[in-house]
Amino acid sequence: MNFEFSEDTKLIVKNVRDFVYNEVDPLANEIEKTDQIPQSLVDKSKEMGLFGLSIPEEYGGLGLDTVSKFAILEEVGKTSNAYTTLIGGHNGIGTVGIVEMGNQEQKRRYLPKLATGEHIGVFALTEPSAGSDAANIKTTAVRLGDKYILNGSKHYITNATIGDVFTVMAVTDPSKGTKGITSFILERNTPGFTVGKKEAKMGLHGAQSVELFFENCEIPIENVLGEPGEGFVNALKILANGRAGLAARNLGSCVKLLELSLDFAMERKQFGKPIFEQQIIQHYLAEMDLEIETLRSLTYRVAWMVDQGMNVVREASMAKLYGSEAYCRIADKAVQIHGGLGYMQDYPIERYYRDARITRIYEGTSEIQKNIISNQLRKKYNLNKENGAALIF
Amino acid sequence: MKVADVLECGKANRSFFTDEHEMFRETLQKYLEREAVPNYDQWEKDRLVPRTFWEGLGRNGFICPEVGEEYGGLGLDFGFSNILGEELSRVGAGILGIATHSNIIVPYIDSFGTEEQKRKYLPKFVTGESISAIAMTEPGAGSDLANIKTNAVRDGDHYVLNGEKTFITNGIHADVVIVACKTDTKIKPGHKGVSLLIVERGMLGFSRGKKLDKVGMHSQDTSELIFEDVRVPVENLLGEEGKGFTYLMQKLQQERLVSANNVLVAAEDMLSLTVNYVKEREAFGKPLSKLQNTQFKIAEIATVIQIGRTFMDDLIVKHINKEDVVTEVSMAKWWITDAAKRISGECMQLHGGYGYMEEYKIARRYRDIAPSTIYAGSNEIMKVIIAKQLGL
Repeated sequence: MNFEFSEDTKLIVKNVRDFVYNEVDPLANEIEKTDQIPQSLVDKSKEMGLFGLSIPEEYGGLGLDTVSKFAILEEVGKTSNAYTTLIGGHNGIGTVGIVEMGNQEQKRRYLPKLATGEHIGVFALTEPSAGSDAANIKTTAVRLGDKYILNGSKHYITNATIGDVFTVMAVTDPSKGTKGITSFILERNTPGFTVGKKEAKMGLHGAQSVELFFENCEIPIENVLGEPGEGFVNALKILANGRAGLAARNLGSCVKLLELSLDFAMERKQFGKPIFEQQIIQHYLAEMDLEIETLRSLTYRVAWMVDQGMNVVREASMAKLYGSEAYCRIADKAVQIHGGLGYMQDYPIERYYRDARITRIYEGTSEIQKNIISNQLRKKYNLNKENGAALIF
Repeated sequence: MKVADVLECGKANRSFFTDEHEMFRETLQKYLEREAVPNYDQWEKDRLVPRTFWEGLGRNGFICPEVGEEYGGLGLDFGFSNILGEELSRVGAGILGIATHSNIIVPYIDSFGTEEQKRKYLPKFVTGESISAIAMTEPGAGSDLANIKTNAVRDGDHYVLNGEKTFITNGIHADVVIVACKTDTKIKPGHKGVSLLIVERGMLGFSRGKKLDKVGMHSQDTSELIFEDVRVPVENLLGEEGKGFTYLMQKLQQERLVSANNVLVAAEDMLSLTVNYVKEREAFGKPLSKLQNTQFKIAEIATVIQIGRTFMDDLIVKHINKEDVVTEVSMAKWWITDAAKRISGECMQLHGGYGYMEEYKIARRYRDIAPSTIYAGSNEIMKVIIAKQLGL
């Protein structure tokens, strides 16, 4: 067992940490107020290679192992969560579909530009009637010669306003249920494809969540991702992959909140001494620190397992579940430590407090994660029974 | 069976309600349905509740029901004030500044004011023409109230007031501000030097700082107040010099009681919003309400709310009867706000992605509930009080 990053990883992490601290975080307030990430920052992030975290070197990406990728995502989590979502979404659910399930031709065609950030990758599954119940999507794709004709709509699609390459799930055979769903690569300039209004969200300002509309969009059959009818399985795989990366991002945000809170507790004086001297404040900070360490262990263990080629369905769900729940608890404690100041928009704390909340909902709600974990338990039990072993664990 | 039929909060007649209470509530509910609900979103956007709304409530006799008839009020009991708070809270937390005026600030003048002060201020407080604020918190003094730096130095028949206040509810609209300040900065312990001065709009040197941007409660105005050599006539001293801290402590029972109760109403509203939502929203081929996780979560929330309501109504009755329930109110304040915050998260969760969108009321409720564990005495301070009362 080795809990240390390699020297290479340490170096990248330091660069990204400095970049986030010096170049991104000073803009966090502006991103929040303008509900937009400045193009200059996106450009600088491209130069840093932050759009190619998941993409192999042969296609122009960084070809990183998962531990290093997560270490970078942790650093990216230490600032505006809108920025974090841009980087995390693109490197997670936005591109991994093509990386994992794309054929040679698709990879050659799409990955190089996704790797540099010239193109932004977006994942489109959710519909008004299909949130957690993803199998209930209504968007259809009907085969017509060497094309599919796509009709329907999506909503709450992250990064879609600036997206170029979309991984879209649609029903190709309504009679087959989940086995009748296919995933497609859809290009932004496809006629009939429009992006709808921006939703007003409680937080995550600067990360765009929008509706997508498909009106007789023609998709060439070469753009079927994986096999027809495998779309639902593909979607689950893509989500599983993105899931643990989200835990890494949340870890970064939690660390940032501890940093800000510790600093505040030492500087802020009430009753003639720093509030850090109040035992309850010390305990809040200790609890935050403990949750962070727990999340760190869980998150990097998943990364290590992925790098060993192990199945991480159970562990990725655990990291996602624990990471988002812990983030909300830590953000709440940070507000409480900051008192009234924590509720005011002059301080960054309230932004994290609002941003944290969506992490328990998107990329699979906490409840869905629990379903997944218990399904794994059921599988383990059944397998055990078949093998006739006495103990399950 | 509806939520309303099962839970105490939905019952038409609560334990302490008389017919008059019920009538007051019905009339007020209808009024708010017509005058507040359709405009609320706009007020949230404007980040201010217009004075015309205050005046409308005042004209109809809804504000300051406890103020005596000789000052233009109705001379009713605290139950009516409580109904005002509850009904405003049911619409949204952003208009609670009116309840703060009616049920928290005006009682200071009503209780500690001279005859002349009462005649001067109360009638217009009742009509909603004049808006009040109370200024305790400062940038360097939140929980540590005895440590305020704002001070007033006697100069002939005036006090010269200097200092800065922050997080002041009704700060922008306020025509009359009760300012907690030190008239004696040397005395030990420090709280013995605190006095309350009545500062009026237009006094030279009194200005408002910026309106504060908050996570929630957007329509409530919250601002900084600045006092630079403000000459306040000595007749504007409220009660006696040096007794300010004692007055504040006396009134905090009511402040915390109404804060806790308003938050409990918000939790009750979140429960009914969520019950409606889970019955309508379908997933996996059936309403969300048919999933066991949903049922258990709602059952837990309803239980907590019912326990909270039972405790709360008991305290309301005791408070109407003027009993000392400082300890119990401190318990209610931390327990209910803590629970309501948890409930806000659970209700949002049951709304899924929709709950994070501003077009759903639960998103606003979630943002609005957040500071309840901080304001009116942080929950940590509540526990300090309880522990002290327990002799620790």
